[in-house]
Order: sequence, then structure tokens, then C-alpha cells
Amino acid sequence: MLALASFTCGLVFGLGLLISGMTQPAKVLGFLDVLGRWDPTLLFVMAGALAVTALGYAFARRRPKPVFAPQSLWPTRTDIDRPLVIGAAMFGIGWGLSGLCPGPALANLASLSPRLVVFVIAMGVGMVLQDFWQKRTPPAATGKDAALAASSDS
Amino acid sequence: MAPFEPLPALLGGALIGLASVLLMVFTGRIAGISGISAGLLTIGGDKGWRLAFIAGLIAAPLLGALVGHPMPPPDMPGSWTIVIVAGLLVGFGVRLAGGCTSGHGICGIARFSPRSVVATVVFVFTAMVVVAIVRHGVGA
Repeated sequence: MLALASFTCGLVFGLGLLISGMTQPAKVLGFLDVLGRWDPTLLFVMAGALAVTALGYAFARRRPKPVFAPQSLWPTRTDIDRPLVIGAAMFGIGWGLSGLCPGPALANLASLSPRLVVFVIAMGVGMVLQDFWQKRTPPAATGKDAALAASSDS
Repeated sequence: MAPFEPLPALLGGALIGLASVLLMVFTGRIAGISGISAGLLTIGGDKGWRLAFIAGLIAAPLLGALVGHPMPPPDMPGSWTIVIVAGLLVGFGVRLAGGCTSGHGICGIARFSPRSVVATVVFVFTAMVVVAIVRHGVGA
């Protein structure tokens, strides 16, 4: 049941990306292009998503436990540290270059576009490299925050 | 490129929000695509629900095509180097930051997390600067 529920959530998420046009890198780049013909689509997608999620999360927080799992894993960190800012900036550069973030990149896999497939492979390699780099870096150098950061926001 | 349509944007966004809420209610997890997918690339751990979610995400455009809403092929950068560099930066960056557009931008801001607000401002601003440089030669 857990897998079926999770599959359904992924499906609904993907349909949301598809209907809103966010599977198209050109629409995303249109939003990021503030000096060109600015496309406010992404702002409206965020507004719709945030309204539903904020309300739904307030409801979900009052439930003692999830339907198909022993406990809810709400993130707990509140500190602003260097890995957060540097990581977000690196992601922003890649996002601006391609118009793709992880959700739309994966949702586009079925298109079998060779460039898209190569992008997703590179993204996976980047994730694995970060994992290796983090495990090799002694906790004293970056703070153990970095190790926690990877698991506690999402 | 398709013109701006506010209603599909709001409706699609609401569906993304609904999926995020349902994932928390059913599985107790945050709907962060980078976190969910990265968990598939490490040894051990709970892979079942992650695989199922990503499978649903990939299946969505196929379902869309079945009901007469086919997905246009993605318009990718012309340069293979840019495709690869962008992919590497996105993958490394989202893991270092602990989330992406979904985990920080939607789920994090929806629970009023200061980390997620900062991350979202940084990646949106950085991406806007990159597009300004690439398309308009700002700073060049």
C-alpha cells in the first residue's frame, strides 16, 4: 500500500508539472528571463502549490502518524549555513543554464530526448559526487551540519 | 513557446501541492524530488516508496498523452557541454543545499522554514543572473 500511495503521489505531482507547463524548460527560462519577455507562469504555479501545501501541512501536522508509515519525518533544522547557500547557488547556475530542476528533468525522461537523458545522468553523477565529497570531508572542517543538511530538508 | 495562461498554472501548482500533502499524510515524507531521487543512488536505505514515487512522476506524461494532453519534447541547450555541466551543477548543488525547487521552494516555504526561504531566494536569483548573462550579455 505504501508503494501504491507513493506512486499515486508521484503521478499527481507529475500531472501538476505537465498541466502547468513546468515540464517545458522554455517556460521556466521565460520566468527566469527578467530582462526579456517575462513569463509569470512559474510564479502562479508556486502560488497554487504553496496555498495547498501550507493548508494541507497544517492539517497533516495534527495527525499523530502517517497512514502507511510509523512516523512523520518533518525536517527540523533552522540554521542558515554555508553549504545551504553555496549549494543553492550551484543549483541556480545549473537551473539557469538548462531551465531544468530535478522534478521536471525526471518527468521528461519518457520523452527519451538524448540531451535530456544525458542531463539526468549528469544530475545523478552530481548527486553521487556530493555524497562522496561529504563523506570524505571530516566533520570538523565543514561542521556536521553539512552531513545533516543532506537528509533533513527533504 | 506557449503563451502565459494563469489558470492551468494555478491548477497545476495546486496538484503539485496536493501530491506533496498526500505524500506526507500517507508516507510521512517531504515531497522533495532531489532528496527522493538521491536516496535511490546510495547503498542501502528504503528504496521502495522512492522508486514508486519516481515511477509515478515519469508515468504522468504518458498518462497525459493517453488522455489527449501530450507533452512537447523538452527544448534542451544546443551545447552538450552545457547540458552536462548544468546537470552536474544541479545534482551536486541540490544535495549540498538539501533540497531543490520542490523540497525547499514548495514544501519548505509551506512550513515557513527560514532555510528554505533563503535557499529559494538564492537559487532563483542566481538562475535569473545566469539567464541575464546568457541571453542578454549582462556583465560581458
